[in-house]
Amino acid sequence: MESIGLGTEFVTFSLTPILIGVLAAVACALPGNFLILRKQALIGDAISHVVLPGIVVAFLITGQVTTWPMMIGAAGASLVAVGLITLIRRLGRIEAGAAMGVTFTTLFALGVLLLEQSDTSAVHLDVEHALYGNLESLIWFSGVSWASLADPAALADLPPELVRMAAVAAAITALIILFWRPLKISTFDESFARTLGMNVGLLDLGIITLAAIAAVAAFDAVGSIIVIAMFICPPAAARLMTNRLECQVWWSVLFAALSAVGGYVLAGYGPGWFGSDMSVSAAGMIATLSGLILGVACLFAPHRLRVGASAVA
Amino acid sequence: MALDAVKLVIPEAELELAGMPAMEIRGMTVSYGDKPAVFSVDTVVHAGSMTAIIGPNGAGKSTLLKAALGILPRVSGQVSVFGMPLEKAKAKIAYVPQRASIDWDFPTRVIDVVIMGLYRKLGLLGRIKEQHTTDAKAALERVGMTEFADRQIGQLSGGQQQRVFLARALAQDAELYLLDEPFAGVDAATERAIISVLKTLQAEGKTVVAVHHDLATVTHYFDHVLMLNTRNIADGPVATTFTAEALQDTYGGRLATAQVEQLQLPVA
Repeated sequence: MESIGLGTEFVTFSLTPILIGVLAAVACALPGNFLILRKQALIGDAISHVVLPGIVVAFLITGQVTTWPMMIGAAGASLVAVGLITLIRRLGRIEAGAAMGVTFTTLFALGVLLLEQSDTSAVHLDVEHALYGNLESLIWFSGVSWASLADPAALADLPPELVRMAAVAAAITALIILFWRPLKISTFDESFARTLGMNVGLLDLGIITLAAIAAVAAFDAVGSIIVIAMFICPPAAARLMTNRLECQVWWSVLFAALSAVGGYVLAGYGPGWFGSDMSVSAAGMIATLSGLILGVACLFAPHRLRVGASAVA
Repeated sequence: MALDAVKLVIPEAELELAGMPAMEIRGMTVSYGDKPAVFSVDTVVHAGSMTAIIGPNGAGKSTLLKAALGILPRVSGQVSVFGMPLEKAKAKIAYVPQRASIDWDFPTRVIDVVIMGLYRKLGLLGRIKEQHTTDAKAALERVGMTEFADRQIGQLSGGQQQRVFLARALAQDAELYLLDEPFAGVDAATERAIISVLKTLQAEGKTVVAVHHDLATVTHYFDHVLMLNTRNIADGPVATTFTAEALQDTYGGRLATAQVEQLQLPVA
């Protein structure tokens, strides 16, 4: 059977990882648009790193690696991180980027130490898992052919990561649509937003919470590398394609999906094209591809010259 | 009977609005860290007036404006707008921030910024109808920016950006317009356009307050003045308040006598 064929093997081994990859990428890219415009791009970085100590602490408390304790641990750690960042900014009076850098490296290091000190040898919990995820292993065993998509029994056997990621992506999309105007206005002009009676602090917390939810939901399936890349690369490339926020968000979704599909296919099948029977990390390839898209956008996108560009029509 | 009651209610409400000061600030103190930027300021902005807030750099002019609008937290003080607490009167206020406080690289067009002024009418999910676009374009027309409607805001000159912000305030259709340094770094044509719009607003019965820097134009542009240097040094009609003595008190001797003489002030 042709390895790139879209037959049974594709449905079983590649369909669900690709879908999960796309959903995770889109879920991160959506809030990423606002994080970048608010000069908070690093917050995504921070959240995806502090997930590690969060899940380790959850494991130490519950003694098992199950989804919900880990998610709660990760969410708790994100809250602690956001709180610490705010505290360091206020008390230390240093700029946000430095506060974030200090916080997430320290908490990540703490996570590594905790992991080494605890007995996790019996369970699948390690730094690599947190970084790269396990996208390739999210196989749909009951998905024996395309017809399985219409088979309720097979659908019930879809990897839970897919269902979870789809729910999170849908929730993030819905919230961003619902609060589009306040988010846009408060990102553009905070003072003006306050005079309209908007709760700017709550919106600020809201967008960071959305980012945290996306990061926490995504890390388990796809790992931190993709999360970090998707918060920044697709929205940054999208910004270079257009001068309208509405269009920028669409472009970012397109670039995120393109990175996920392209990266997965390249990682799984690409080495084969060069006669190698190895495959490379899908997470790594997806993140790399998103970086490449950003690079191409920097060179060729229509709106890459802005500040300092001439004001001539 | 019912009709009579209605007739009675409307004029009374209008009368009340007319008699009320547009904005009343009592005991306002704002501080950054330990140092008060604005200390115990009492002042009244008369409805229908055109009021300048003047004072040296660091006198707390912008801070006072922002704190009065709830943009900055205040240590103490009360603000009422047309006799109502600030929170209930926000629909009557349009605020134009300092141009420098904005990232003009933001991906949005001129017309989109003006439509932001219609947020109270549109709400979270209200569709932008033709009437809204017409209103936004009318606001752009008033500031002479019609032809730039589809331009990205970063591709405008400083004066044009300031006019877009004024158009957004006009779209808000407010009663009280508060502008933070509307003439800072703008070209002469823009300054004329802005002052003409502000004078029209005043003629329509609206109240205008602006943080202002150019002492030479105070008497031409404004009829009331608040002279601020952390504290309220003097406030009232320009004719009686904007005196050489008050200026020296406000600027703490930083103004040369020659400068003050050039202003041709009314003698106190």
